[in-house]
Amino acid sequence: MSQTTPHDPHLAHHFPDAGTQFEAGKLGMWIFLATEILLFGGLFCAYAVYRANHPEIFIYAHQFLDKVLGGINTAVLIVSSLTMAWAVRAAQLGHQRALVRLLAATIALGFVFLGIKYVEYEHKWKEGLLPGKRFTHQAAAPPAAAAPADPDPAPVAAAGDSSVIAPAARGPAGLASPSTASQEKAHKVPRNVQIFFGIYFSMTGLHAIHVIAGMITLLWILRRAARGEFGPRYFTPVDLAGLYWHLVDLIWIYLFPLLYLIH
Amino acid sequence: MTAQHATQPAGAVSVPMENALGGENYLNHGRGLWSWLTTLDHKRIGIMYLVSILAAFLLGGVFALLLRTELLTPQQTIMKPDTYNQMFTLHGAVMIFLFIIPGIPAALGNFVLPLMLGAKDVAFPRLNLASYYLWVTGALFALVSIITGAVDTGWTFYTPYSTTTSTSVISMVFGAFILGFSSIFTGLNFVVTIHKMRPPGMTWFRMPLFLWGLYGTAIIQILATPVLGITLLLIIAERLLGVGIFDPALGGDPVLFQHFFWFYSHPAVYIMILPAMGVISELMATFSRKRIFGYAAIAGSSIAIAVISFLVWGHHMFVSGQSNLAGMIFSFLTFLVAIPSAIKVFNWTATMYKGSVWLATPMLYALSFLFLFGIGGLTGLFLGALATDVHLHDTYFVVAHFHYVMFGGTVMGFLGGLHYWWPKMSGRMYSERWGRIAALLIFVGFNVTFFAQFVMGSQGMPRRYYNYLPEFTPYHVISTVGSYLLGLGFLIVLVYLIHSLVKGQPAPANPWGGATLEWQTSSPPPHDNFSREPVVDDPYDVERWRWDEALGGYRRQEQPASA
Amino acid sequence: MPGHTPAHSSPAAHAHVVPAPVLLAVWAALMALTVITVAATWVDLGRLNLVLALGIATVKAALVLLYFMHMRYDRPFNAIVFIGALAFVALFIFFALMDTAAYRPEMIPDYAPAMKGQ
Repeated sequence: MSQTTPHDPHLAHHFPDAGTQFEAGKLGMWIFLATEILLFGGLFCAYAVYRANHPEIFIYAHQFLDKVLGGINTAVLIVSSLTMAWAVRAAQLGHQRALVRLLAATIALGFVFLGIKYVEYEHKWKEGLLPGKRFTHQAAAPPAAAAPADPDPAPVAAAGDSSVIAPAARGPAGLASPSTASQEKAHKVPRNVQIFFGIYFSMTGLHAIHVIAGMITLLWILRRAARGEFGPRYFTPVDLAGLYWHLVDLIWIYLFPLLYLIH
Repeated sequence: MTAQHATQPAGAVSVPMENALGGENYLNHGRGLWSWLTTLDHKRIGIMYLVSILAAFLLGGVFALLLRTELLTPQQTIMKPDTYNQMFTLHGAVMIFLFIIPGIPAALGNFVLPLMLGAKDVAFPRLNLASYYLWVTGALFALVSIITGAVDTGWTFYTPYSTTTSTSVISMVFGAFILGFSSIFTGLNFVVTIHKMRPPGMTWFRMPLFLWGLYGTAIIQILATPVLGITLLLIIAERLLGVGIFDPALGGDPVLFQHFFWFYSHPAVYIMILPAMGVISELMATFSRKRIFGYAAIAGSSIAIAVISFLVWGHHMFVSGQSNLAGMIFSFLTFLVAIPSAIKVFNWTATMYKGSVWLATPMLYALSFLFLFGIGGLTGLFLGALATDVHLHDTYFVVAHFHYVMFGGTVMGFLGGLHYWWPKMSGRMYSERWGRIAALLIFVGFNVTFFAQFVMGSQGMPRRYYNYLPEFTPYHVISTVGSYLLGLGFLIVLVYLIHSLVKGQPAPANPWGGATLEWQTSSPPPHDNFSREPVVDDPYDVERWRWDEALGGYRRQEQPASA
Repeated sequence: MPGHTPAHSSPAAHAHVVPAPVLLAVWAALMALTVITVAATWVDLGRLNLVLALGIATVKAALVLLYFMHMRYDRPFNAIVFIGALAFVALFIFFALMDTAAYRPEMIPDYAPAMKGQ
């Protein structure tokens, strides 16, 4: 470990030494992460523009998202980030068994995240809380106007969890100033609610694609780790895959409050 | 050039190898098509890129000639209006996404960058090959789109038209998305290579200016292209799923699409021009036989252009419904770009001053660049000014401006670089006589084509129109005749370059007297680039390289020229 | 530092092994901050709610970056790349927001046709 042999199997012929190769890989990965930031940056820009111009859509529509599931998913991703960071540590220290287990745990947590996401998406699908022209949710129509035209007057109640759907059940917590105006603001159905769901599905969908890509990468790393390819002398792929996984976590850290916790 | 004969006796050979066509070189290292398709050698990947983008250029060029032929008469000439709409869209999309953006970095840059660094390869050879195949995949998607109904949106894909037209937008847009990845990977590779693989002794400010140009380009590729990616994905999502973020009928904002699009596409024009500027810096020093003037200013201006390019996108949107406030700010910032651009032009001019300018083919293209980019840049100022832009917006004036910068700038730089490094790539010299004739023809043809467009644009001829008022006919006829001259010029280039591969004189290691490292290896270079460690020193000490009649090329003097 | 070897040419010399207690502490802090983010929505602070939520998210992101992603121990240039990317996103959002905010008053109210014949 104290010196690199000229026949280091992991050293590509065009690099002078393994240290340079490692640093090149790291820099390459950070630049790739920068491109990911810009990719999501476009969606964050769309979010900012619509939220600034139509705050009422966001205040109204976010109440259809399940804060509890979103919160659990946040925790799941944070735990998976811990297992990932620990996996890198295990690789650096040559803890072979720990490395394999931690990578497997990270992938498993990825599955948990996607499973919860699936439950959320399915709920939106059933409710017709879909983007753009596919938005068919009945609650979007003002209750008074919707009632006569609606063949099924209570599609909302059918969903079971009324706290998710009926925003009026939860008033603003600031009871000191129970401004009826603000209550009405949250109560009144704004126009173009579908914009929120367009942004919600674009952001979480792109994020989910990244989770899947990260899991595929980690599966490949897991396979190599199980073969004992990584150790203190060579752990670059574990490190780089870890960076990617943390970025996915990082984006969710912003998505959670911006989409689920609008006040 | 003959004024500078060797002053040293012909025994002190400092460059042992000259032409390597007979010996081991990258072209015969591994034989057969498969060895090319699976190569990790940056030189071969560069050549594959070169062949591919030239094919795209040919395709885009044929579209252009068909367009110009249609525009010979005010009414229908050879094609129907719908075909015309598809044709100008395809001309733009193919030229921009398949040719100009990858042109200099991926083809010439791939070949030259590691050689200039004295390195064996780029940092990530596999990523480099992947980037090429992404280009091929993107090109295939574009081709599928062309076959299955083409696109008639213009290359800008403006919503809501692009989300409602019945042409095959998705395929073309997805192709452009993949091409964006290809471009990102090239940029990423170059940045890491420049950071981590410079040889000992080559500090940042002893790096050839072409590399500074590529570095600035890479910054834009990395930071802007992903935004194009998300924009194109959103177009696909709008068409497939009706997401509606850009659709006013669903509460969306089409002006926001233009912000998205131009956040990439304005910096993208600097992806196109910056590498060409890098090439011109090399040509100016070599063919003036003089040290480049204002090295640090040229290097710094490349980075300045890269950064400022992100601040000016709104000048494409002056008449889009963008706010007056944004219009004023973007207009002001647009004028800032003129500063680093002018710094470059003045320094190149100063480099030629009192140099012994050698009017070889690459230098003819460099001079064309200087002249045409000057016109293109200065007419850009008219378009950057709010009031005049309202008059000139969407007229042929814009078309002419764009072509003076992109064709007169980038393509001239590309041709200059191609001719400059052709002996290095192929190991053969092309016919200098025909090279000069073609360069002259292209210069004349270009000006005839596009100067006429400035005039008719300023008189109000709108762009992208199928029919036009009869009073514009003379300008259109002149423009079309010019385009035929241009086409002839390119045909000559194609013929003599192919001819040179078969019958050309074997090229020396350094036919032009360039002082950067790629001229220290044989022509063509061996598989590992250098059979002997190159001597890293001042990349613009061209006077140290003296003509050697015996070699038929330049030889590096052991003593610096000043000594 | 554990894991630091004297070999200057091996990756181990360029990488820092984050101690286990640090990893656990960062994880605990991230979980706590998540709870705080949720709790913060129970209090009505007006516009400050958004600022607070984004502030907490940024602290969490910084923790992930500095410790899980080794930025604290890494080459500064990698951090510059990342922060540079954030700066360009900020630039993008800033101009887009500035523009739409300026032309919003000129928009015709309810111009866009509503959904489902509303």
